[in-house]
Amino acid sequence: MKTLKELEAIRQKTLNELNLRKNREDGIRVVVGLATCGIAAGARPVMAAFVDEVNKRQLTNVTVSQTGCIGLCRLEPIVEVYLPGQEKVTYCKVTPDQVGRIVSEHIVNGNPVMEYTIGNFE
Amino acid sequence: MKEISLHILDLAQNSIRAGAGNVLIRIEEDSAADTFSVSLTDDGCGMGAEMAKSVQNPFVTTRTTRKVGLGIPLFKAGCENCAGTFTLESELGRGTRIAGTYQRSHIDRPPLGNIADTIAMLIAANPKLHLRYEHKLNGEEYALDTAEIQEILGEVPLDTPEVTAFIAEFIHSNESELESTEVQKS
Repeated sequence: MKTLKELEAIRQKTLNELNLRKNREDGIRVVVGLATCGIAAGARPVMAAFVDEVNKRQLTNVTVSQTGCIGLCRLEPIVEVYLPGQEKVTYCKVTPDQVGRIVSEHIVNGNPVMEYTIGNFE
Repeated sequence: MKEISLHILDLAQNSIRAGAGNVLIRIEEDSAADTFSVSLTDDGCGMGAEMAKSVQNPFVTTRTTRKVGLGIPLFKAGCENCAGTFTLESELGRGTRIAGTYQRSHIDRPPLGNIADTIAMLIAANPKLHLRYEHKLNGEEYALDTAEIQEILGEVPLDTPEVTAFIAEFIHSNESELESTEVQKS
């Protein structure tokens, strides 16, 4: 069984990276809608997939956070991606298997996956 | 909502929006009494008696983006449809406690589901929040407390991806352990 002792090792390991994460102006934000509508539509596994992917790729400049309902419940799960200096990109009806592509093409390489964005739904 | 853990994720959003600094999520299962209880206690802004009553109506919400608020009514209906009960106690300026029980063996009772992801995502998205999760099954019990974790982590924040992954695995393994105690006894 897992115990809290393992956290000590995580602390040691991440302490070195901490300065890298702090005060980054080129920080990228991924925001997942976690209101009733988003959760019911499957936002939790989508958010988990983003956290997992960011962790796997060691993307220290990316934070994954949450927001409430933005009023487009029928298009949930909705994910907004903010790249510094660019307009935000809104993805609709996101599924966990789309997350890998969004991370590699958009977050890493800077090219939004147009076919998943709101423009394709509205 | 297909899982009780999704209701928990949803209800916790209310606590966060209410500005809570401390949230306690507790699950208590008793196979002899055939009950499955869920409670969320927070120290957010709370509600007056009238609001506490009206939030149980799906056509009441504090948000402005839409006109319905389904989180509490869905949870309430889910409990009551499983021969359970629902209570909401709140006091302005003090906080809110929301509790629901299900008949544990009821055919319509949703499974707890992926509680590990629910708690891990809540902590990842709200690293400043003090969250405590407790799960009791018959005589066995375990807890996860962000204060304890933060103490070990020191200046490493709770939303570090490695920490999120650890929390999910920690809960996952403890839940399996808890479940196995019931199987052994029966």
